[in-house]
Amino acid sequence: MLVLTPLLVPLATALLCLLVPPGWQQRVSLAGALLLLLCALALASQVVGNGPLTVVAGGWPLPFGIEFAADRLSAALVLIAALMLNVVLLWQVGGSADAAPAAATLQPLLHGLVAGAGAAFVTADLFNLYVWFELTLICALGLLALGGGLRQLDATLKYFVLNVVGTLLLLAAVALLYAATGQLNFRALGAATAQLPASIALPLLTLLSLAFLIKAAAFPFFAWLPASYHSLPAPVLALFSALLAKIGIYALIRCLSDVFHPAPDLLFNVLGWIAVLSMISGALGAAYHWDLRRILAFHSISQIGYILLAIALASPAGDAAAILFMLHHSLVKAALILTAALIFHACGHYDLRRIGGLYAGRPWLSLVFLLLALSLVGIPPSSGFWSKFLVVRQSLVQGEYLWAAAALGVGAVTLYSMLKIWLEAFWKPHPDESWQAPARHRLLPAHAALGGLVVLILSFGLLPESLIAYVMAAADSLRGRS
Amino acid sequence: MIWAVALALATVIAAGTYLALSRDLLRCLIGLALVGNGINLLVFSSGRLLSQMPPFVAAGAQQLAVAANPVPQALVLTAIVISFIFLCFSLVLAVRLLQLAGSADTAQLRAAEPAAVDAVKPALEEAA
Repeated sequence: MLVLTPLLVPLATALLCLLVPPGWQQRVSLAGALLLLLCALALASQVVGNGPLTVVAGGWPLPFGIEFAADRLSAALVLIAALMLNVVLLWQVGGSADAAPAAATLQPLLHGLVAGAGAAFVTADLFNLYVWFELTLICALGLLALGGGLRQLDATLKYFVLNVVGTLLLLAAVALLYAATGQLNFRALGAATAQLPASIALPLLTLLSLAFLIKAAAFPFFAWLPASYHSLPAPVLALFSALLAKIGIYALIRCLSDVFHPAPDLLFNVLGWIAVLSMISGALGAAYHWDLRRILAFHSISQIGYILLAIALASPAGDAAAILFMLHHSLVKAALILTAALIFHACGHYDLRRIGGLYAGRPWLSLVFLLLALSLVGIPPSSGFWSKFLVVRQSLVQGEYLWAAAALGVGAVTLYSMLKIWLEAFWKPHPDESWQAPARHRLLPAHAALGGLVVLILSFGLLPESLIAYVMAAADSLRGRS
Repeated sequence: MIWAVALALATVIAAGTYLALSRDLLRCLIGLALVGNGINLLVFSSGRLLSQMPPFVAAGAQQLAVAANPVPQALVLTAIVISFIFLCFSLVLAVRLLQLAGSADTAQLRAAEPAAVDAVKPALEEAA
């Protein structure tokens, strides 16, 4: 049963939120999120102690029943999703610092999004995976359209059109794989695909990877991400950047490294160059922009490039680096977005040309931003350093010198963007001389949420051994299953 | 039979792709819905289409002999519901966008991404 909790708990909470009177909604939602976090912790400790957990719906024998399975990779991602939901809901409690408008549908949609993500992480059935992608997509669309203004709806349209293309390609790939093999269960599908001639398997796997790359916002399919993310309120944006693209990346790791292992070499070679181009284009887009949220959105694309590069190495150590990088990026990017929301709260604007003077006015906020920015760049000893170190080292070990050079070069461009934010928002005096930092009333939940996240990121950076051991074991168990 | 379905599928997906590439908002969304229906047809035809026999495995046999595979027919029901949800959502979205923006030309829809005025810097947006 524990395997199903990442799906059942948020879905039940979402339904309950719709049924209870509005005054109770926030309490129910927080209680549901806390329960999900406890279940995720229990799931992770079970998986570490007793190995992968599986449950088959209705007790049907295996290729026919719909299977849910949680291994170390799934458990880690479910834990991150539950954690981020708690952080975001806690932030929302104060109703301050760019919080989402208090609509009746907000809490159910947030829980629905996490249910889709959590279920996608634990399903072991390809069509089921497609359904969870759809649940996530429809909840994301609801959250994007929540503001109802022209900006939000325009962003929703662009998100919708580009993501639906990815979804349709995914459904087409599922249909064609089913037609070719007659299987949907991951294990049976992997075994049946290995029997197919390469001339059939390669196009099918390419179509499937293409769909996941659109969902993961990789080059050149990333246009939906910078077109829509900046129109979201800060806590929802933090949840989006921690979860949405990760589902696509998770599906890619699961399919290429586990289900269809060994996937054709050609796919990994092309994926490596897509990763390099994602890293470069994301970092350059961020260098061009001056709006904090747009800078951070473009950096997501660049960081997704690093994760894809690690997957493209097609080795257990590469997969371990990809998983570690996913965990690091979810935490750090969400924390940076919440920091940006506090900057917005203090200065009243997200554009770097309109703000400044925060180093004098908000010294603690400056320190938090500096720590997170250095982690994103990858200065030791931070979580970003360990993640990038594993990726670059493994590229060098496998003789991919160009890929390693690109990863290091993009780090310098990332440093440039972070320095730009530092100079413009913190060091430069505020352009309006009469500006004064506003009072901090109702910010306590926001500070608590961000503070907890920062402590977690710092301990990740200072004590990485156990986490690295965990992801190494997770990557090893990937190939062990197939 | 399978060739007729394949031809229909190719026609629907081609027509949908043509419409989806249009700059007109409604054409684009209807085109995506058409492509979605074409792919639903693909899911449907990924079992067999050759007979109208009920899908019962004969006594003593291990495989379904001549009947069509019922699994894709169950899958396509889910897919149809999902694509219908998206069609409804996108049409409501389009109507609201038409009311707010006053134009069905997607090239005019720049509210979320204003065009740059400066050669090197993006447009300065008013408070979010």
